[in-house]
Amino acid sequence: MSWQIITQSLPIFLKAFELTLWLSCVGIVCSILVGIITSLVQYFKVPILGRVLTVYVELARNTPLLIQLFFLYYAFPVIGLKMSAQVCGIIGLVFLGGAYMAEGFTGGFAGVSPSQIDDGKALGMNDLQLARYVVFPQGFALSMPALAANIIFLIKETSIFSVIAIPELTNTALDLIGMYYRSNEYLLVLVIAYAIILVPVILLLNFVERKVRYGTFGN
Amino acid sequence: MEHSAINVFFAGNNFARILQGLWTSVWIAALSLLIGLVLGTLLGILRTLPNKTIRFILRAYLEFFRIVPTIVLLYLVYYILPRSLHINWPASWMAVLAFSLWVSAEFSDIVRGAIESVPVTQKESGQALGLSASQLFRYVLLPQAMQLELPATINLATRVIKTTSLLMLISIMDVIAIGQQIIEANNQQYPSAVFWIYGLIFILYFAIDYPLSLWAKRLAAKQKR
Repeated sequence: MSWQIITQSLPIFLKAFELTLWLSCVGIVCSILVGIITSLVQYFKVPILGRVLTVYVELARNTPLLIQLFFLYYAFPVIGLKMSAQVCGIIGLVFLGGAYMAEGFTGGFAGVSPSQIDDGKALGMNDLQLARYVVFPQGFALSMPALAANIIFLIKETSIFSVIAIPELTNTALDLIGMYYRSNEYLLVLVIAYAIILVPVILLLNFVERKVRYGTFGN
Repeated sequence: MEHSAINVFFAGNNFARILQGLWTSVWIAALSLLIGLVLGTLLGILRTLPNKTIRFILRAYLEFFRIVPTIVLLYLVYYILPRSLHINWPASWMAVLAFSLWVSAEFSDIVRGAIESVPVTQKESGQALGLSASQLFRYVLLPQAMQLELPATINLATRVIKTTSLLMLISIMDVIAIGQQIIEANNQQYPSAVFWIYGLIFILYFAIDYPLSLWAKRLAAKQKR
């Protein structure tokens, strides 16, 4: 183990760190949006579209991200769709993450007790008001544990971007190991880099989870 | 896209080779699950005991695996075993080691949660009958915990199967590595082979994982009622 090797590699790792953060943020935000829309479509049982999205959720959840990325990056150009590695990465991550988020939100919405909805109707709320004031706030609070797990999962999944040569953390470490044959040093930096991202995220999510627990009634 | 590219599946022994690659992925997943579930059950039981030191160490063990992506775990084993510890195992054994440790960490948390959610009256009734601690786990807590944890265990299995897609990265001839070879060998004749081969592998993974997730979902719904 040599400190010099580690300190020399830090500027390169810093760039990769920023890229991992950036890709994670974009991926998570888009996944949450896709997830909310998908689960609302499923909750209100929109004809046809609801079915299509169910197929999407099952396909995305039951296949590995690596093969999804290979398909986007290597197979899509054959049918004339050529995208840069980073675009493929984001699309792949959102394809996967949107499905996981949808599943989480669907679980949360299903947990809102039917009596709540009846109460809302008794107050004269329409469907949109029910969604906005009754189902969504409580369902969101109920799906918080799933949301937190998915956020952590998606950040870790960005490591798979290394297979399509996106220079994020894992790819950078492997490149350095290939060039300088110093595996211990670079792997240590790699693990620490993931810990620097994930430990605060995990702590923050635990905190938020405890806060929103009050948003659920009767539990 | 030429229609004939689908012939790539049946040319030579391509289809048999893909299935052979799939078998490699399946046995590595199955063996890792087996070892991981046994080890995870032991760690899970230890985590319900009152000893604070053991609980802290095992919690740290779990958090390590929660933080480090599986792909990095594979590389840690792949580089550290031969280079620093001078252990020269075949890559498939290293994958089994990395996956087993990861499964044991995740499963220890599932087991702990399940044991803790067995109603406390069950434990007290067992104690009132004069059961020893090991009898209590063997006859009262574990059988009930196992039933509670089954859906989560199946979901963990689907994750392990999906994670076998990373095996090719440490030069194991899994289904994707063989798919790549076939694509490269046929690139001149059938440029669209890449579409069919990766499409087939996508469907193969789905065909294994989808029934398992469906089963887990049904079980979980049944338990809720």
